[in-house]
This record gives sequence, structure tokens and C-alpha cells, in this order.
Amino acid sequence: MPSQAQAVFRYPEALREVTTHYCPGCTHGVIHRLVAEVLDELGVRQRTVGVAPVGCAVLAYNYFATDMQEASHGRAPAVATGIKRARPDLIVFTYQGDGDLASIGMSEILHCANRGEKVTVVFVNNAIYGMTGGQMAPTTMPGQVTTTSPLGRDVGLAGEPIRMAELISTLHTPGFIARGAVHQPLLAVRTKDLLRRAFRYQVEGRCFSMVEILSTCPTNWGLPPHEACDWLEKHMVPYYPLGVFKTPEGGDRASRPL
Amino acid sequence: MAKKLMKGCEAIGEAAIRAGCKLFFGYPITPQNEIPEYLSHRLPQVGGTFVQAESEVAASNMIYGAAGAGERVFTSSSSPGISLMQEAVSYLAGAELPAVLVNIMRAGPGLGGILPSQADYLQATKGGGHGDYNVIVLAPWSVQEAADLVADAFDLADYYRNPVYILGDGLIGQMMEPVEFREDRKPVREIPPKTWASTGWKGDRPRAVVNSLYLDADTLEKHNRDLQEKYHRIRRDEVRYQGYGLDQDYDVLLVAYGTVARVCLTAMEELRDQGIQVAILRPVTLFPFPYDALANAAAKAKAVLVVELSAGQMLQDVQLAVHGSRPVHFHGRTGGNLVTPEEAASKVREVLDGRSEEVRHA
Amino acid sequence: MPRIEIDKDRCKGCELCVKACPQQILGMTKDLNAKGYFYAAVKEQKRCIGCRICCVTCPDVAISMSVHGTMVHYFRY
Repeated sequence: MPSQAQAVFRYPEALREVTTHYCPGCTHGVIHRLVAEVLDELGVRQRTVGVAPVGCAVLAYNYFATDMQEASHGRAPAVATGIKRARPDLIVFTYQGDGDLASIGMSEILHCANRGEKVTVVFVNNAIYGMTGGQMAPTTMPGQVTTTSPLGRDVGLAGEPIRMAELISTLHTPGFIARGAVHQPLLAVRTKDLLRRAFRYQVEGRCFSMVEILSTCPTNWGLPPHEACDWLEKHMVPYYPLGVFKTPEGGDRASRPL
Repeated sequence: MAKKLMKGCEAIGEAAIRAGCKLFFGYPITPQNEIPEYLSHRLPQVGGTFVQAESEVAASNMIYGAAGAGERVFTSSSSPGISLMQEAVSYLAGAELPAVLVNIMRAGPGLGGILPSQADYLQATKGGGHGDYNVIVLAPWSVQEAADLVADAFDLADYYRNPVYILGDGLIGQMMEPVEFREDRKPVREIPPKTWASTGWKGDRPRAVVNSLYLDADTLEKHNRDLQEKYHRIRRDEVRYQGYGLDQDYDVLLVAYGTVARVCLTAMEELRDQGIQVAILRPVTLFPFPYDALANAAAKAKAVLVVELSAGQMLQDVQLAVHGSRPVHFHGRTGGNLVTPEEAASKVREVLDGRSEEVRHA
Repeated sequence: MPRIEIDKDRCKGCELCVKACPQQILGMTKDLNAKGYFYAAVKEQKRCIGCRICCVTCPDVAISMSVHGTMVHYFRY
């Protein structure tokens, strides 16, 4: 009788086994799984509350097998603040896109980070507004064509794309700020480690944590999934460098001597 | 507990704490600053949490999160700040979350002024945000009543799982009056446990999803029907008003709420000395509005006079209640000016002498 | 001996796993799944080295892996 087959890779408990509405090849799905796997590994699923944004991930409350709240557009960090202040024993995370966090919710994310709320922000940067059909976002690349920058983003009129990880890491309040990507498998493995560190800082009640994760949008970029990954590698990674920008131990980046 | 001389804002803060509320999220704006100021030192004393948010938009969404986690929660602001909170109020109603919001009204529109006003009546009672929803609106006329209504507000909010406004014209927040916090107070309603709250899913109850999004039309329509059924129950069971002289004969019925009703009370005595009989009906709940009581009271009078610190907003509800059966007259002050008893009394005389124009339509 | 299973009705036909597999043993079928996508399938199960890269890559957790006996861990995941 051959030994029992041992499952090595399967659905994490913190992810509900339902079909998601995400487009084929959209790496939101990978990020959802990484977050769920980290919640399982840290054993906190039963005391976690997630806050879903308005955007492609608006239906995240159907996908995470935890208690969830649906925030209004851009306000997830404030909702998370309310939950965490009401119940500091809960593990609270927000899952937000770039339109939600870097545009309408800019004030909320900056002040949530600056107050040092002990919450974890999973920030998905795919350089576009996905759910509403591909409009320009604060993170849209120069020259990138979207439904509201039909001739390509004109930095003279719309400014340069915003680097949230760098921006937030200049805040003096301690925190863990990093940027990862999931368009290549081994980068996804490294991003999972960033998420693990971020959530662990929260479990230890240490500091605010945010992981910005570059992600693809095959549908609105108008590229097949595989080419979208290549486009991201070629155009986004150079402008949005991957790595850890700030840790509570290391002091803030701005004061590092030149 | 002995009476204590307190400023309205501080009494409101203390009343919230005594109602078991340990969480305040707010933002500075005159004339309600003393509420966050008071709570910023008082809440830590009772193991509570005070957070000054970066904006009223953020504060109102913190309220959403904390209420969604099942805790009693409270915010206060003043007219322009309450306008910024309107989206969140619609979400609180849509997600059926209990929360108490205090509006110490100031003169508008726009930046307006910081003096008293009642010009947010329609925003509060007809829904300042999007979608079909209602908020229970309680309007105190004294510091004591403000404290009592704050306590009731938390019970009503929890019982109906709905936001509740305390609507105070600027005076309520700023004046000092003796106030007593009743220890023996019984809850207005029996509050069921908050099994719907997002407190961590351990499998012993359905997964909690605090949400107001329903992409399927039939599901959202059913949700809307449930909400309307709730508002029907509120209209049926929660109407509150006070009457002054309603049981005697009177020529003119005065309708006013908040501190303006106290001004009318003084005017009533002055008029009575001149042999002119008036009565006053003071709505305490602006939603649900006392339409029936007002219709009955109006039937006994020759005319109705609505007095407000606005250009005429409750006026519309009075017209609905009176339904053309009696002429409805209006006297209002705006900009932060107050109605004086003399003004109210002379307006009554004008109404009786036929020198006052009936309000055709608001 | 590692074994890859692709849940054919969960797959959305994005082909990311096919390109990611270092052994190039995954391919797209010609038949449609319940969603109407051409789904991915394992072409040569025997040549699978159990690296799990396809599992990590799949955005829809359509690929699971089980092992008989010991497993080689190429990376900590």
C-alpha cells in the first residue's frame, strides 16, 4: 500500500474556495492567496478582520474566510483605525488598490500611517483603475494609455506617478514599509515574506505596516496575462523599485546620510 | 447624583461616557470644540479611546469601523463637518450600524458663521447623503435634555441598528446649565446581542460581513424594503414631542424646537398677559416627525406659526401635517441671529390682525 | 514522487503556469471547461520535479500538489 499522498500545496484556510471575479491572469488572485497563507501560518485567522476597498477588490469580503468590512472608496485605513481602536486584540488589515489608496484615500493612508495605527495595509498597485474600466490612476506610468489618458499620461498635465512606499516611509512615525511584486513566481515568494513580516509586526503590536505590491491588469492594459507580466517588469519595476523602505528598527529612510 | 453646572458640549460628552460609550472619533470645528476637548482628557480616565481624525470624512469612517466591530461609538461636529460625514451616514444606514452623531448647528450656507442656527433640519431629517434612508433625529432644548437624549440615542441606535443624530442649535453646545446624570436610568429598549459585528470569526456564528454593497438588484431591493420597514416601525413607535397649553383653548399654535421653543414659551406668557391665547407644540424627535399630534393641535387653532433659526425647513413638515386645513405662517432668523420673545409675540399679533402673509408653499 | 492536480473548472485559461513551469510539462487543452475557458493540464506528470512554481504562479489556486514520500524544497515558501 503506497504511503498516503501528503498535500503540499492547497487552498489556504483563510481563503474561501469560491471562484473570484478577477480577470484571467490578474495577479490580485495571487496576492489574495499570499495574504491568506500568511494569516494561516500566523494562526490569526479567527481574530482577523479585513477591510475591503472600492475597486476591483471590492468583493474581497467574499474571498477572505475572516470577518470583513466593506469601506467606502478610499476610507479603508480610517475604517481599520476604528476597528483596531475599538478592538486592539483583533488583527486588522486593509486590502486596497491604487485608485482607492493613492488618490481619493491619500489623506486616510498618510494619517493612518502617521498615527502609527497597528494595522497592516496590503496595497495593490496596478497603475490603473480596474473595476471602473481602465482609467488613469495616480500610479499610471508616463505615456501609459488609459481610457482617461487616451494619448498617454501627460506628466505635464497629470504629474508623475506617485511612489507610495517612498512617500510614506518619509513619515517620522515608526513603521514597516516595503514594496514587492508577484508577476514572477520567485518574486511572489519574496512578497509573501514581506507580508509575513508586516503581519508579524502587527501581531507583536509593534507598528504600522504596509506592503505595496505591483500587480498586473491584463484586461485594461490590453495585454495577454504573460505579456502583462513582462510589461510590468520592463516599465513598472524600474520606476517602483522593490525592497524594504522602512523598518521600526532602522529609523526612517529620509534621515539616512547621503 | 447632584446637579452640576456644565457647558452643553461637556454634558453631551459626559452623557455618552455614562451610556457606556468608550470611543470618540472627531475633528475640531466651532461651536462644538468642547466635546472633543472634554473627551480627550475624560475618556482616558475611564479606559476609553479618543482619536482626533484628520478630517470629518475620516472620523465618520472610523465610526463605521468601530460600530461594525460592535462597540458603542460617538462623534460630534458642526454643520460643515456634518456635511463631510454625509456619505458615511448613508453607509451607516445601509450597513445597519448603530452610531450617535451630534451636530451643534452653526449658521450656513458654506463657511457661514459660527453662531447658532437650525438650518440643517432638512439635511438631518430628509437624508443628507445618497439613497433611501432615514436617521433618527433628537432635538434637545436644554443641557439637561441633551444629556438625557444622548443616553436614549445610544439605546435607539443599538436597538434599530441605525445612526441617530442629536441636533442642537449652537446654543445647546455653548450655554451652561445645571445637569444631572440619572444613575437609575433604564434602557429605552432591550438591546439584542450584536452577533452581526465583525469581532473575529471563530465559526460559532455566521461570518460577519459589515457591508452595504448589493450588486444584485433583487437583493438590494429586498434590503431596501427591510430598511423601509424599519423606518416604518420607527415612525410608529418613536415619536416624541412636548405640548404647552395644548389642552386649553388657543387662537394660534406655535411650532418650534430646540431653544427657539423656550423663546416661544416666554412669548406665550407675554401674550397671555395681553389676553391672547397661544399654545406650543415642540417636536423632540424631528424624525420621526409628530405629524398626527400636530394635525390635531392645529385643528384647535385659527392659524399655525412656525418659528425657526432658518429660512423655513421644519416649516415644510408642518405644512404636510396641517395639510392646508389651517393657514401656516412663518417667522425665522438666519445668519446666527436669534429669535427674541418680543419678535415671536408681535408676529402672533400680526397673524391675528391679518397683517401676516400665510406661507403659500415653502 | 510529486503529483500536480489542476482543477479544470477553476482554471481561467490565463496560461501563466504553462510559461512558468521550468520543466515545460504544462500545456493548454483544446476542450472548454465549465467557464468556457481552455484549461491547463499536465502533459508529462512523470517529469514533474515538485518545485511548486506553477502553484505559486496560479492566480486562482487551481493547481494543488501532493507528494508520495520525501519532497525536495527548492525555496522556502
